[in-house]
Amino acid sequence: MEWDWTFVWQILPTLLQGLKITILATVLGALVAAVFGLVLAIARRSHNAVVSRTVGFFADFIRGTPLLVQLYFIFYVLPDIGIRLSPLVAGVIGLGIHYGTYAAEVYRAGIDNVPRGQWEAARATNLTTRQAWIHVILPQAIPPMIPALANYFIAMFKETPLLSAITVLELMNQAKSVANSSYRYIEPMTLVGVFFLVISLISVVGLRFLENRYARVDER
Amino acid sequence: MIDWSGYIGLILQGALVTIELTVLGSALALIMAFAAGLGRLSRFAAVRTLATVYIEFFRGTSIFVQLFWVYFVLPFAGLTLTPLQAGVLALGLNVGAYGAEVVRGAVRAVGREQREACVALNLSRYQRMRHVILPQALPLMLPTFGNNAIELLKGTAVVSLISLTDMTFQAQVVRAQTGSTLIPFATILVLYFVMASAISAGMRWLERRATRGLDGVRA
Repeated sequence: MEWDWTFVWQILPTLLQGLKITILATVLGALVAAVFGLVLAIARRSHNAVVSRTVGFFADFIRGTPLLVQLYFIFYVLPDIGIRLSPLVAGVIGLGIHYGTYAAEVYRAGIDNVPRGQWEAARATNLTTRQAWIHVILPQAIPPMIPALANYFIAMFKETPLLSAITVLELMNQAKSVANSSYRYIEPMTLVGVFFLVISLISVVGLRFLENRYARVDER
Repeated sequence: MIDWSGYIGLILQGALVTIELTVLGSALALIMAFAAGLGRLSRFAAVRTLATVYIEFFRGTSIFVQLFWVYFVLPFAGLTLTPLQAGVLALGLNVGAYGAEVVRGAVRAVGREQREACVALNLSRYQRMRHVILPQALPLMLPTFGNNAIELLKGTAVVSLISLTDMTFQAQVVRAQTGSTLIPFATILVLYFVMASAISAGMRWLERRATRGLDGVRA
């Protein structure tokens, strides 16, 4: 079978519609992951051993199992206990929880990397714990985290095709339905690959910029 | 009352396919990682470019897209693969691209003075790599290789979508036949986690072996 440009132009609008959903899922998933990751990271630092152990095990478990199965779990098991989610919401929650456990590690490393002396200095200047976090620790901890977090969000973007397995009409699913109705696989599948490759390559350039901008706080 | 023993057997059969895919995929990934990782450090610009294109291409798209491409598009180019072959190929090439960066980073992390010492001792390029650089670089690679192997294990779930009867596929079969969702999915989640834990335990053991006798050599 030959590559057919007229077919490409014909299917492009459908694929772009799918791309919109893919990007929407990525952005929402990133927000959920950023917030959920922070909650996990703070719970992990809890002085209560039961809390920190449980959270640690939960994060290891999520990281050790496939996202696809977790999506199935959210999409098929939760309705049995009365929680009915739309495919997109289930997908965003799945992405958010999965990548939240990765984000939690980034937060943890970022917070641990603030030197002890900073905490002690904050204590010595009589700052409250809240003030110490907001004015001393987080401003130093967050900038180095940004490139690492962005890296995981790019990884998450690349995993969004999995949402097609729980019937979200994102890029991959649109391409599959186009392919199945026209019996042409070359153009849709290749275009999906090209879309992902182009967006990933652009994001990698963006990531380099973020690294140069934020990563080297101590060298300034 | 559902008789679960048959269904558990089905899932265990799927687990064997998952293990097979993970082992074969890891083997291919390891080969690709060293080929492309060392390729990026080559003297020849053409080899470096080829390795870079391979790495960027496979890291730029997800395993899912690559798998579908291999399975649905390659047949039109006259290359028809079984689901298992397509799965091993896509998983191995994808994870190999990530591994290549690990190999490159670890080889470059070995100190300059080690290379200079090799030149002073008149070792050939091959001898230098085989006897001096790699034995020191390997322990640096192992922890990340362990993570990559776990990523590969997680990636195998995707092959269920091209109708390979792995663990995830069998869980879907059980769901379709029994209508029960919690038991099949919870079972395979636990099995995946057990496999991932086995990989990380194995990697820690390998790491201890690889670093034996290197005390004091590495900074």
